[in-house]
Amino acid sequence: MLLYAAIILMMLGLYGILTQRNIIKIIISLNILEIGLNIFIISIGFVNGGVAPIFTGQNNLGSIGFVDPLPQALVLTAIVIGVGTTALGLALAKKIYAKYGTFEIDDMKGAE
Amino acid sequence: MKNFLSLVLVLALGGMIILSLQNNQYFTAYGEVDITKRVSESYIDRDVNGGTQAVEFGVANNLESGPANIVTAIVADYRSFDTLGEVTVLFVSSLGVALLLASGKQKRLDLHFHPNFMLRVGSRALFGIILMTGIFVIVHGHLTPGGGFPGGTMIASSILLLYLADDNFRTKVKSFKTLESIAGSLYVIIGLVGLFAFDYFLVNFLDNGILGELFSAGIVPIVYALIGLKVGSEISGIIDNFLTEEVA
Amino acid sequence: MLIDIIEIVVSVLLIVLAFLAINSKMLIKSVIFLSSLSMLSVISFIIMQAPDVAVTEAVIGSGLVTSLFVFTLLAVRKVEEKI
Repeated sequence: MLLYAAIILMMLGLYGILTQRNIIKIIISLNILEIGLNIFIISIGFVNGGVAPIFTGQNNLGSIGFVDPLPQALVLTAIVIGVGTTALGLALAKKIYAKYGTFEIDDMKGAE
Repeated sequence: MKNFLSLVLVLALGGMIILSLQNNQYFTAYGEVDITKRVSESYIDRDVNGGTQAVEFGVANNLESGPANIVTAIVADYRSFDTLGEVTVLFVSSLGVALLLASGKQKRLDLHFHPNFMLRVGSRALFGIILMTGIFVIVHGHLTPGGGFPGGTMIASSILLLYLADDNFRTKVKSFKTLESIAGSLYVIIGLVGLFAFDYFLVNFLDNGILGELFSAGIVPIVYALIGLKVGSEISGIIDNFLTEEVA
Repeated sequence: MLIDIIEIVVSVLLIVLAFLAINSKMLIKSVIFLSSLSMLSVISFIIMQAPDVAVTEAVIGSGLVTSLFVFTLLAVRKVEEKI
Protein backbone atom coordinates (compact mmCIF):
# COMPACT_ATOMS: atom_id res chain seq x y z
CA MET A 1 0.00 0.00 0.00
CA LEU A 2 2.73 2.45 0.97
CA LEU A 3 4.60 1.47 -2.20
CA TYR A 4 1.72 2.65 -4.41
CA ALA A 5 1.22 5.79 -2.30
CA ALA A 6 4.91 6.58 -2.93
CA ILE A 7 4.47 6.12 -6.70
CA ILE A 8 1.42 8.44 -6.66
CA LEU A 9 3.41 11.01 -4.64
CA MET A 10 6.16 10.92 -7.27
CA MET A 11 3.57 11.43 -10.03
CA LEU A 12 1.96 14.35 -8.17
CA GLY A 13 5.35 15.97 -7.61
CA LEU A 14 6.29 15.70 -11.28
CA TYR A 15 2.87 17.06 -12.30
CA GLY A 16 3.39 20.03 -9.97
CA ILE A 17 6.83 20.78 -11.42
CA LEU A 18 5.45 20.69 -14.97
CA THR A 19 2.30 22.76 -14.47
CA GLN A 20 2.90 25.26 -11.66
CA ARG A 21 3.99 28.79 -12.62
CA ASN A 22 5.12 29.95 -9.18
CA ILE A 23 8.73 29.44 -8.09
CA ILE A 24 7.90 28.56 -4.46
CA LYS A 25 5.27 26.06 -5.69
CA ILE A 26 7.88 24.46 -7.98
CA ILE A 27 10.29 24.02 -5.05
CA ILE A 28 7.44 22.54 -2.94
CA SER A 29 6.65 20.08 -5.77
CA LEU A 30 10.32 19.11 -5.90
CA ASN A 31 10.18 18.34 -2.17
CA ILE A 32 7.05 16.21 -2.63
CA LEU A 33 8.79 14.26 -5.42
CA GLU A 34 11.75 13.73 -3.10
CA ILE A 35 9.59 12.47 -0.19
CA GLY A 36 7.82 10.02 -2.53
CA LEU A 37 11.14 8.76 -3.85
CA ASN A 38 12.48 8.27 -0.31
CA ILE A 39 9.42 6.23 0.75
CA PHE A 40 9.76 4.16 -2.45
CA ILE A 41 13.44 3.35 -1.85
CA ILE A 42 12.80 2.41 1.81
CA SER A 43 9.85 0.21 0.82
CA ILE A 44 11.95 -2.01 -1.47
CA GLY A 45 14.03 -3.05 1.56
CA PHE A 46 11.15 -3.90 3.88
CA VAL A 47 10.75 -7.46 5.15
CA ASN A 48 7.49 -8.70 6.69
CA GLY A 49 8.07 -9.16 10.43
CA GLY A 50 11.56 -7.70 10.25
CA VAL A 51 12.99 -5.48 12.99
CA ALA A 52 15.04 -2.29 12.68
CA PRO A 53 18.68 -3.01 11.69
CA ILE A 54 20.28 -2.41 15.09
CA PHE A 55 21.95 -5.11 17.18
CA THR A 56 20.49 -5.11 20.69
CA GLY A 57 20.43 -7.52 23.59
CA GLN A 58 17.05 -8.87 22.45
CA ASN A 59 17.72 -9.71 18.82
CA ASN A 60 20.89 -11.54 17.94
CA LEU A 61 19.57 -13.39 14.92
CA GLY A 62 22.20 -12.38 12.36
CA SER A 63 20.89 -11.66 8.91
CA ILE A 64 17.53 -13.37 9.50
CA GLY A 65 15.03 -10.99 11.08
CA PHE A 66 16.45 -7.61 10.05
CA VAL A 67 15.10 -5.35 7.33
CA ASP A 68 17.51 -4.37 4.56
CA PRO A 69 19.86 -1.63 5.91
CA LEU A 70 21.40 -0.53 2.59
CA PRO A 71 18.39 1.47 1.23
CA GLN A 72 18.15 3.22 4.60
CA ALA A 73 21.78 4.33 4.40
CA LEU A 74 21.24 5.65 0.86
CA VAL A 75 18.07 7.57 1.87
CA LEU A 76 19.89 9.11 4.85
CA THR A 77 22.31 10.58 2.32
CA ALA A 78 19.51 11.71 -0.01
CA ILE A 79 17.60 13.63 2.68
CA VAL A 80 20.63 15.70 3.64
CA ILE A 81 21.40 16.52 0.00
CA GLY A 82 17.72 17.45 -0.42
CA VAL A 83 17.97 20.17 2.21
CA GLY A 84 21.03 21.55 0.39
CA THR A 85 19.20 21.81 -2.94
CA THR A 86 16.11 23.31 -1.27
CA ALA A 87 18.17 25.98 0.49
CA LEU A 88 19.96 26.87 -2.76
CA GLY A 89 16.65 27.04 -4.65
CA LEU A 90 15.08 29.29 -2.03
CA ALA A 91 18.11 31.60 -2.08
CA LEU A 92 17.71 31.89 -5.88
CA ALA A 93 13.97 32.58 -5.44
CA LYS A 94 14.75 35.36 -2.96
CA LYS A 95 17.20 36.93 -5.44
CA ILE A 96 14.61 36.68 -8.25
CA TYR A 97 12.03 38.41 -6.06
CA ALA A 98 14.48 41.19 -5.29
CA LYS A 99 14.99 41.77 -9.04
CA TYR A 100 11.45 41.34 -10.46
CA GLY A 101 9.16 41.83 -7.45
CA THR A 102 7.15 38.65 -8.04
CA PHE A 103 7.31 34.85 -7.79
CA GLU A 104 5.11 34.25 -10.85
CA ILE A 105 7.12 33.27 -13.93
CA ASP A 106 4.53 34.73 -16.34
CA ASP A 107 4.72 38.21 -14.81
CA MET A 108 8.48 38.46 -15.11
CA LYS A 109 8.82 39.02 -18.84
CA GLY A 110 8.14 42.76 -19.01
CA ALA A 111 9.79 43.83 -15.76
CA GLU A 112 12.74 46.23 -15.97
CA MET B 1 -3.40 21.93 -23.49
CA LYS B 2 -0.12 22.06 -21.65
CA ASN B 3 -1.74 20.69 -18.50
CA PHE B 4 -3.18 17.81 -20.52
CA LEU B 5 0.23 16.97 -21.99
CA SER B 6 1.75 17.01 -18.49
CA LEU B 7 -1.02 14.72 -17.25
CA VAL B 8 -0.34 12.23 -20.06
CA LEU B 9 3.40 12.32 -19.33
CA VAL B 10 2.88 11.79 -15.59
CA LEU B 11 0.42 8.92 -16.13
CA ALA B 12 2.89 7.31 -18.53
CA LEU B 13 5.63 7.57 -15.89
CA GLY B 14 3.45 5.99 -13.20
CA GLY B 15 2.27 3.25 -15.53
CA MET B 16 5.80 2.41 -16.55
CA ILE B 17 6.99 2.22 -12.93
CA ILE B 18 4.12 -0.11 -11.97
CA LEU B 19 4.58 -2.25 -15.11
CA SER B 20 8.30 -2.61 -14.52
CA LEU B 21 7.64 -3.78 -10.94
CA GLN B 22 5.42 -6.68 -12.08
CA ASN B 23 7.17 -10.07 -12.21
CA ASN B 24 10.58 -8.47 -11.75
CA GLN B 25 13.06 -10.86 -10.18
CA TYR B 26 15.16 -8.04 -8.66
CA PHE B 27 12.21 -6.13 -7.13
CA THR B 28 10.11 -8.67 -5.29
CA ALA B 29 6.66 -7.80 -3.91
CA TYR B 30 6.39 -5.46 -0.93
CA GLY B 31 7.60 -7.18 2.23
CA GLU B 32 8.76 -10.42 0.62
CA VAL B 33 12.44 -9.61 0.20
CA ASP B 34 15.00 -12.36 0.76
CA ILE B 35 17.96 -10.62 2.36
CA THR B 36 20.22 -13.63 1.97
CA LYS B 37 20.23 -12.98 -1.79
CA ARG B 38 21.26 -9.35 -1.40
CA VAL B 39 24.61 -7.69 -0.70
CA SER B 40 23.24 -6.38 2.63
CA GLU B 41 23.69 -9.82 4.18
CA SER B 42 27.46 -9.25 4.17
CA TYR B 43 27.02 -5.89 5.89
CA ILE B 44 24.87 -7.46 8.61
CA ASP B 45 27.05 -10.52 9.20
CA ARG B 46 30.25 -8.45 8.89
CA ASP B 47 31.87 -10.77 6.36
CA VAL B 48 32.55 -8.42 3.43
CA ASN B 49 36.27 -9.19 3.66
CA GLY B 50 35.75 -12.82 4.66
CA GLY B 51 35.46 -12.53 8.44
CA THR B 52 33.63 -15.49 9.94
CA GLN B 53 33.18 -14.47 13.59
CA ALA B 54 29.62 -14.67 14.94
CA VAL B 55 28.03 -11.28 15.72
CA GLU B 56 26.74 -11.26 19.30
CA PHE B 57 25.68 -8.18 21.22
CA GLY B 58 27.93 -7.42 24.18
CA VAL B 59 30.22 -10.38 23.48
CA ALA B 60 31.77 -10.16 20.02
CA ASN B 61 35.02 -8.22 20.05
CA ASN B 62 37.11 -6.72 17.25
CA LEU B 63 34.67 -7.44 14.43
CA GLU B 64 35.27 -6.29 10.88
CA SER B 65 33.17 -3.19 11.64
CA GLY B 66 32.28 -2.11 15.16
CA PRO B 67 28.95 -0.18 15.31
CA ALA B 68 25.87 -1.95 16.70
CA ASN B 69 23.71 0.21 14.41
CA ILE B 70 24.11 -1.37 10.96
CA VAL B 71 23.07 1.79 9.10
CA THR B 72 25.90 3.64 10.84
CA ALA B 73 28.27 0.83 9.90
CA ILE B 74 27.37 1.36 6.24
CA VAL B 75 27.31 5.19 6.29
CA ALA B 76 30.42 5.89 8.35
CA ASP B 77 32.57 2.79 7.83
CA TYR B 78 31.93 0.74 4.68
CA ARG B 79 30.81 3.71 2.56
CA SER B 80 32.71 6.47 4.35
CA PHE B 81 34.16 7.86 1.12
CA ASP B 82 30.63 8.36 -0.19
CA THR B 83 29.76 10.30 2.98
CA LEU B 84 32.82 12.51 2.48
CA GLY B 85 31.47 13.37 -0.97
CA GLU B 86 28.04 14.10 0.47
CA VAL B 87 29.44 16.45 3.10
CA THR B 88 31.26 18.20 0.25
CA VAL B 89 27.94 18.63 -1.61
CA LEU B 90 26.39 20.22 1.49
CA PHE B 91 29.43 22.49 1.83
CA VAL B 92 29.14 23.64 -1.81
CA SER B 93 25.43 24.31 -1.31
CA SER B 94 26.00 26.43 1.80
CA LEU B 95 28.75 28.25 -0.13
CA GLY B 96 26.25 28.97 -2.91
CA VAL B 97 23.66 30.30 -0.45
CA ALA B 98 26.28 32.56 1.13
CA LEU B 99 27.36 33.78 -2.32
CA LEU B 100 23.77 34.65 -3.30
CA LEU B 101 22.50 36.16 -0.05
CA ALA B 102 25.45 37.40 2.00
CA SER B 103 26.98 40.01 -0.30
CA GLY B 104 27.69 43.43 1.15
CA LYS B 105 27.08 44.62 4.69
CA GLN B 106 24.46 42.66 6.60
CA LYS B 107 21.88 43.44 9.25
CA ARG B 108 19.18 41.36 10.96
CA LEU B 109 15.82 40.97 9.25
CA ASP B 110 13.38 43.04 11.33
CA LEU B 111 10.46 40.80 12.29
CA HIS B 112 8.57 43.52 14.24
CA PHE B 113 8.59 41.31 17.28
CA HIS B 114 9.70 42.23 20.79
CA PRO B 115 10.18 39.26 23.14
CA ASN B 116 9.07 39.62 26.75
CA PHE B 117 11.03 38.48 29.79
CA MET B 118 9.49 34.98 29.99
CA LEU B 119 10.28 34.20 26.35
CA ARG B 120 13.88 35.34 26.68
CA VAL B 121 14.56 33.27 29.82
CA GLY B 122 12.61 30.26 28.56
CA SER B 123 14.39 30.19 25.22
CA ARG B 124 17.79 30.31 26.99
CA ALA B 125 16.78 27.28 29.10
CA LEU B 126 15.41 25.38 26.09
CA PHE B 127 18.58 26.18 24.11
CA GLY B 128 20.65 24.12 26.55
CA ILE B 129 18.23 21.18 26.47
CA ILE B 130 18.08 21.04 22.65
CA LEU B 131 21.88 21.39 22.39
CA MET B 132 22.41 18.53 24.87
CA THR B 133 19.94 16.34 22.93
CA GLY B 134 21.86 17.00 19.73
CA ILE B 135 25.18 16.12 21.36
CA PHE B 136 23.67 12.94 22.87
CA VAL B 137 22.34 11.86 19.46
CA ILE B 138 25.75 12.48 17.86
CA VAL B 139 27.78 10.68 20.56
CA HIS B 140 25.50 7.61 20.56
CA GLY B 141 25.28 7.49 16.76
CA HIS B 142 26.92 4.06 16.57
CA LEU B 143 24.56 2.47 19.13
CA THR B 144 21.11 4.05 18.71
CA PRO B 145 19.18 5.63 15.81
CA GLY B 146 20.50 9.03 14.89
CA GLY B 147 24.05 10.13 14.32
CA GLY B 148 25.89 13.04 12.79
CA PHE B 149 23.29 14.35 10.37
CA PRO B 150 20.21 14.66 12.65
CA GLY B 151 22.38 15.60 15.63
CA GLY B 152 24.08 18.39 13.72
CA THR B 153 20.71 19.67 12.58
CA MET B 154 19.46 19.62 16.20
CA ILE B 155 22.42 21.83 17.16
CA ALA B 156 21.48 24.18 14.32
CA SER B 157 17.85 24.15 15.55
CA SER B 158 18.96 25.31 19.00
CA ILE B 159 20.71 28.25 17.35
CA LEU B 160 17.56 28.90 15.27
CA LEU B 161 15.62 29.15 18.56
CA LEU B 162 18.00 31.86 19.79
CA TYR B 163 17.52 33.74 16.51
CA LEU B 164 13.72 33.57 16.78
CA ALA B 165 13.55 34.60 20.44
CA ASP B 166 15.65 37.75 20.09
CA ASP B 167 15.30 40.34 17.37
CA ASN B 168 18.87 41.61 17.61
CA PHE B 169 20.71 38.32 18.11
CA ARG B 170 23.44 37.36 15.64
CA THR B 171 26.02 34.62 16.00
CA LYS B 172 29.62 35.05 14.99
CA VAL B 173 29.47 33.65 11.46
CA LYS B 174 33.25 33.70 11.12
CA SER B 175 33.71 31.27 14.03
CA PHE B 176 31.19 28.92 12.39
CA LYS B 177 33.20 29.01 9.16
CA THR B 178 36.37 28.21 11.11
CA LEU B 179 34.72 25.32 12.97
CA GLU B 180 33.39 23.93 9.70
CA SER B 181 36.78 24.11 7.98
CA ILE B 182 38.53 22.46 10.94
CA ALA B 183 35.96 19.61 11.07
CA GLY B 184 36.14 19.01 7.30
CA SER B 185 39.95 19.09 7.26
CA LEU B 186 40.15 16.66 10.19
CA TYR B 187 37.88 14.22 8.32
CA VAL B 188 40.22 14.26 5.31
CA ILE B 189 43.31 14.05 7.58
CA ILE B 190 41.89 10.93 9.30
CA GLY B 191 41.43 9.43 5.85
CA LEU B 192 44.97 10.34 4.81
CA VAL B 193 46.41 8.83 8.01
CA GLY B 194 44.66 5.62 7.02
CA LEU B 195 46.07 5.87 3.50
CA PHE B 196 49.72 6.49 4.41
CA ALA B 197 50.19 4.72 7.75
CA PHE B 198 47.84 1.77 7.15
CA ASP B 199 46.14 0.14 4.17
CA TYR B 200 43.76 2.47 2.33
CA PHE B 201 41.85 5.77 2.49
CA LEU B 202 39.57 6.09 5.59
CA VAL B 203 40.53 2.65 6.94
CA ASN B 204 39.29 2.00 10.49
CA PHE B 205 42.72 1.89 12.14
CA LEU B 206 41.66 1.89 15.80
CA ASP B 207 40.61 -1.11 17.87
CA ASN B 208 36.93 -2.00 17.32
CA GLY B 209 36.28 -3.03 20.92
CA ILE B 210 33.23 -4.97 22.12
CA LEU B 211 30.03 -4.62 20.09
CA GLY B 212 27.52 -2.41 21.90
CA GLU B 213 29.80 -0.45 24.26
CA LEU B 214 30.07 3.33 24.15
CA PHE B 215 33.84 3.29 23.55
CA SER B 216 33.87 0.92 20.61
CA ALA B 217 33.82 0.92 16.81
CA GLY B 218 37.24 2.57 16.35
CA ILE B 219 37.14 5.78 14.32
CA VAL B 220 33.38 5.69 13.60
CA PRO B 221 32.28 7.85 16.60
CA ILE B 222 35.09 10.32 15.85
CA VAL B 223 34.10 10.59 12.19
CA TYR B 224 30.41 10.96 13.11
CA ALA B 225 31.19 13.69 15.65
CA LEU B 226 33.18 15.56 12.98
CA ILE B 227 30.27 15.18 10.52
CA GLY B 228 27.87 16.46 13.21
CA LEU B 229 30.02 19.55 13.87
CA LYS B 230 30.35 20.24 10.15
CA VAL B 231 26.63 19.83 9.37
CA GLY B 232 25.63 21.88 12.42
CA SER B 233 27.88 24.80 11.57
CA GLU B 234 26.95 24.72 7.87
CA ILE B 235 23.20 24.76 8.55
CA SER B 236 23.63 27.49 11.19
CA GLY B 237 25.38 29.53 8.50
CA ILE B 238 22.49 28.94 6.08
CA ILE B 239 19.96 30.02 8.76
CA ASP B 240 21.98 33.17 9.42
CA ASN B 241 22.03 33.96 5.69
CA PHE B 242 18.25 33.56 5.44
CA LEU B 243 17.56 35.78 8.47
CA THR B 244 19.72 38.74 7.41
CA GLU B 245 19.33 41.30 4.68
CA GLU B 246 21.57 43.81 3.00
CA VAL B 247 21.80 47.29 4.43
CA ALA B 248 20.00 49.44 1.91
CA MET C 1 -4.00 -6.08 11.72
CA LEU C 2 -3.88 -2.66 13.38
CA ILE C 3 -0.71 -1.83 11.47
CA ASP C 4 -2.52 -2.49 8.16
CA ILE C 5 -5.24 0.02 9.02
CA ILE C 6 -2.64 2.62 10.05
CA GLU C 7 -0.80 1.98 6.79
CA ILE C 8 -3.92 2.59 4.67
CA VAL C 9 -4.85 5.75 6.61
CA VAL C 10 -1.30 7.13 6.29
CA SER C 11 -1.20 6.36 2.54
CA VAL C 12 -4.50 8.14 1.86
CA LEU C 13 -3.51 11.14 4.00
CA LEU C 14 -0.14 11.38 2.20
CA ILE C 15 -1.83 11.63 -1.19
CA VAL C 16 -4.50 14.10 0.01
CA LEU C 17 -1.89 16.35 1.66
CA ALA C 18 0.34 16.30 -1.43
CA PHE C 19 -2.65 17.28 -3.60
CA LEU C 20 -3.54 20.13 -1.21
CA ALA C 21 0.09 21.32 -1.03
CA ILE C 22 0.29 21.61 -4.81
CA ASN C 23 -3.14 23.10 -5.38
CA SER C 24 -3.78 25.55 -2.52
CA LYS C 25 -3.83 29.22 -3.48
CA MET C 26 -1.90 30.72 -0.55
CA LEU C 27 1.83 29.99 -0.43
CA ILE C 28 2.01 29.77 3.37
CA LYS C 29 -0.74 27.12 3.37
CA SER C 30 1.25 25.09 0.84
CA VAL C 31 4.30 25.28 3.10
CA ILE C 32 2.34 24.07 6.15
CA PHE C 33 0.81 21.22 4.12
CA LEU C 34 4.33 20.23 3.00
CA SER C 35 5.43 20.22 6.64
CA SER C 36 2.60 17.91 7.68
CA LEU C 37 3.29 15.68 4.67
CA SER C 38 6.86 15.36 5.91
CA MET C 39 5.63 14.47 9.40
CA LEU C 40 3.35 11.75 7.97
CA SER C 41 6.24 10.36 5.95
CA VAL C 42 8.06 9.96 9.31
CA ILE C 43 5.21 7.65 10.42
CA SER C 44 5.53 5.65 7.21
CA PHE C 45 9.30 5.29 7.79
CA ILE C 46 8.62 3.98 11.29
CA ILE C 47 6.07 1.46 9.92
CA MET C 48 8.82 0.27 7.55
CA GLN C 49 11.31 -0.14 10.46
CA ALA C 50 13.73 2.64 9.52
CA PRO C 51 14.34 4.63 12.73
CA ASP C 52 17.51 6.34 11.46
CA VAL C 53 15.73 7.79 8.45
CA ALA C 54 12.72 8.71 10.61
CA VAL C 55 14.83 10.78 13.03
CA THR C 56 16.63 12.53 10.18
CA GLU C 57 13.43 13.30 8.27
CA ALA C 58 11.69 14.58 11.43
CA VAL C 59 14.48 17.02 12.20
CA ILE C 60 15.38 18.11 8.67
CA GLY C 61 12.24 17.64 6.57
CA SER C 62 9.58 18.97 8.84
CA GLY C 63 11.67 21.32 10.99
CA LEU C 64 14.47 22.96 9.06
CA VAL C 65 13.03 23.02 5.51
CA THR C 66 9.74 24.51 6.75
CA SER C 67 11.57 27.24 8.63
CA LEU C 68 13.62 28.09 5.52
CA PHE C 69 10.40 28.41 3.44
CA VAL C 70 8.77 30.59 6.10
CA PHE C 71 11.83 32.86 6.32
CA THR C 72 11.80 33.35 2.54
CA LEU C 73 8.12 34.33 2.63
CA LEU C 74 8.72 36.66 5.61
CA ALA C 75 11.57 38.47 3.84
CA VAL C 76 9.34 38.90 0.79
CA ARG C 77 6.48 40.34 2.88
CA LYS C 78 8.95 42.94 4.21
CA VAL C 79 9.81 44.06 0.66
CA GLU C 80 6.09 44.42 -0.15
CA GLU C 81 5.55 46.66 2.87
CA LYS C 82 8.34 49.00 1.78
CA ILE C 83 6.83 49.47 -1.68
